[in-house]
Amino acid sequence: MKATPDFTRNLTEPRALKSFILSTLTVACTLLACVPLFSVLYVLVIRGGKRFSLELFTALPPTALDTGGGIGNAIVGTLVMVGIASLIAVPFGILAAIFLAEFGQDTRIATIARFSAKTMTGIPSILAGVFAYAAVVMVTGTYSAVAGGIALSLLMLPTVMLTAEESIRMVPRIMREAAVGMGCTPSQVMWKVTLPAAMPGMITGVMLAVARAAGETAPLLFTALFSDYWIFQGGAGDLMEPTASLAVLIYNFSGMPFENQIELAWAASLVLVLMVLFLNITSRLISQRKR
Amino acid sequence: MASPETDRKAGAGGSICRPPTAADRLADRVFRGLTCAFAWLTLLLIGYIVWRIGGTALPAMKRLGIGFLTGTTWDPNQQKYGILPEIWGTLYSSLLALSIGGFFGVAIAIFLSEDFLPDRIRVVLKATVELLAAIPSVVYGLWGIYILIPMIRPLANWLHVHLGWLPFFSTSLTGPGMFPAALVLSIMILPTVAAISQDALGAIPARTREAAFGLGATRWETILRVLLPTASRGIFSALVLGFGRALGETMALAMLIGNSNRLTLSLFSPADTLAALLALNFPEASNLEVGVLMYAAVILLTITLLVNIAGEMIISFSARPGGGRS
Repeated sequence: MKATPDFTRNLTEPRALKSFILSTLTVACTLLACVPLFSVLYVLVIRGGKRFSLELFTALPPTALDTGGGIGNAIVGTLVMVGIASLIAVPFGILAAIFLAEFGQDTRIATIARFSAKTMTGIPSILAGVFAYAAVVMVTGTYSAVAGGIALSLLMLPTVMLTAEESIRMVPRIMREAAVGMGCTPSQVMWKVTLPAAMPGMITGVMLAVARAAGETAPLLFTALFSDYWIFQGGAGDLMEPTASLAVLIYNFSGMPFENQIELAWAASLVLVLMVLFLNITSRLISQRKR
Repeated sequence: MASPETDRKAGAGGSICRPPTAADRLADRVFRGLTCAFAWLTLLLIGYIVWRIGGTALPAMKRLGIGFLTGTTWDPNQQKYGILPEIWGTLYSSLLALSIGGFFGVAIAIFLSEDFLPDRIRVVLKATVELLAAIPSVVYGLWGIYILIPMIRPLANWLHVHLGWLPFFSTSLTGPGMFPAALVLSIMILPTVAAISQDALGAIPARTREAAFGLGATRWETILRVLLPTASRGIFSALVLGFGRALGETMALAMLIGNSNRLTLSLFSPADTLAALLALNFPEASNLEVGVLMYAAVILLTITLLVNIAGEMIISFSARPGGGRS
């Protein structure tokens, strides 16, 4: 009889074997789950990459049987609408977050607002479009970049708000107490100490929200609609006109029976994914450097 | 602010400390009031959204009544509307997606929260899984149409030929259909499920794990009998929130599901969902039809709100001290 049991792993033992099999299965699951991402990226580069040229960024979309053409107006439209959305959602979200994290931490209104923001993150994006349709398009009587921007801002708001609250909370208590000890009012503490310290986290949140908004299609389908023309013409822009966007362009062109349009849909997807991945990876780097 | 420079010089012994001036206090009041107003505005905004969508839907709600939910035809020319096939399609596709995405999501969460891998590789894998959520859904739709559907068609048709007597395989896959839609949907909810489950598994105290190892349990005995039951509430809420996300996903489904108004169990038959119905019919809707679509939007809003609130509640209960088993 041995004095000490045998601790070496022995795969002929059923328990060890079961453990081994399950481990292998999880590895397989994880790798399999990464396949779609790489498949998407690969196809985008192969099929979208061949249309990459200056024309893609400067030309208007082609008509049905045209050759060539680009997605210039859609890129501008996406930028304009995401810009409008950020102008609304960022100040709104951050001011509300300051209240939730600092001035009104445990008040009932803060609890309810926090809960509704969390619920809002799960609301289907198409409902933001439905709302903007009812509140803006039906009132102004036209599809417009403003309506699209408002729909997108609803999707950005909860993300901006919740991440800003989180990063304000992460600022150490002692820093605020030191500032209060110097005679700062709570608002001065906020502006001079807490907000600068919480900045990287808030920027991360805003970038993630922008990345999400840039890729959204559903809320734009019937708020901004689509347009074959530039939103800015001869130096003047009209925000109350139907506006093109990358996402809607991909959707519209994907269903067309013309090879030229389908190629452009792939190229537009590549541009969109590059934009979104750039924002995602940069925001990740910012939040990592903070730690 | 009353010239801080002179104040500072006037301060005793060149101290940089001073009490707030009246102007400072006023600014403080105003700023605090402003933040409070915006917190209220969040609530008002949600109220306004519900009121606005509900208000536009009200005439249609009155006219169509509850029969809207059980009707199966959608014909604007005859003024006949029913969304039972869409409700069924929404729930069916989401459940399918949840069963695939949930399984993978939890497996990935286990894999990434246990010490299977060196830290560095783990961080990269984790980021990769999270990036799955970053790809816009319209791009998944495009990928689904041109890559996924041609790829799974042989398999689907083989299943139809050999197992066609099962209701799930009763039709062949000609193009868009329930199965490719659910597959793409599962890819899209997988990161949500994986991230929340990882949080739940990571929140288990190390001593729980050590105690199990100390009793001689193998790694998987520990995972299956100790860790998963302990984190069960968190994982359950991850599944509920993933389900909520699947219910409302629009573009990938509008592009892949085939938008056909039929009630079917078959995985390879075209179907329709509430969100896809909205996306497809809204742009060309007449005034009358807009009201009906708003009614459908109200139904979708109600379903997703219920699911999401349930998910958030489970999370906040299990986060409370003493809420989770330990």
